[in-house]
Amino acid sequence: MSEATSRDGEPAITLYRLQACPYCERVARTLGELGLEYRSRFVEPLHSRRDVVKRVAGVRTVPVIVDDDAGVTMAESANIVDYLESTYGDGPPTGSAAADEATAETGGDD
Amino acid sequence: MPEFDVVELEPADHLEPGETAPDFTRPLVTDEFWEDRSLAELVDGRTILVFTPMIGSFVAKYVWDELAERGWLDREERIVGVTASTPYGISRFLDENDLPVEVFADPTNEIAADYGVGHDLDGMAGVSEPRLAFVALDADRSIESVWVADEWPEFPDYEALEAEFGLD
Repeated sequence: MSEATSRDGEPAITLYRLQACPYCERVARTLGELGLEYRSRFVEPLHSRRDVVKRVAGVRTVPVIVDDDAGVTMAESANIVDYLESTYGDGPPTGSAAADEATAETGGDD
Repeated sequence: MPEFDVVELEPADHLEPGETAPDFTRPLVTDEFWEDRSLAELVDGRTILVFTPMIGSFVAKYVWDELAERGWLDREERIVGVTASTPYGISRFLDENDLPVEVFADPTNEIAADYGVGHDLDGMAGVSEPRLAFVALDADRSIESVWVADEWPEFPDYEALEAEFGLD
């Protein structure tokens, strides 16, 4: 077989997202601003059709990111943005601990 | 005189064995989600591309049901569909029919056109879809075998197809 498998060179970060969901777009914009490569996995509007997100993250809301390099899986757009900025950027303004399982007061994710 | 018309299609100017299958990137759809994938990254062993008319047509349903029945989805060869439907329609179809298979979503039908297996639909202005076609690739994306429908609808003799494609 060839020396490289088909999964080599893929981005470490996977973003589970819903088309036209503003919370997902916020995370995508943050990923773009930080120059991070990511792949997008799109799911459907109906929560009952989001088994893959439930399996991966234990929730049915999106966005969810999986960061393979860091071993981090995270839901809630505000948490995700904090995590990304503190891990890959100059850090969030508040310096909040983002990688813990804080339940930020977002509540608005799709 | 028959009381129905099986439409004879224009001869397809399709790719032939020995040619390299053109690479493309499209959303690859499962029953749960979709993500952009390229054919080149997908192919790492024998792969069979199955071009079907759009999801919703009885042809697409008959073909996938038949392939599942014949055990194609459990083979070591990778079976990958291509059709001119949206990811939403394809994902629902796979879920509702319990089909554990991946299908490229190509609503503009450009891939079928590139492979020479496109079909403009009479009475659906501006809409085209793939003809039913099977293309077997080796691990380097070199085309080993091709079967393309000449009529619409036309289904292959599956046993002959499996023999020709080395699937028996």
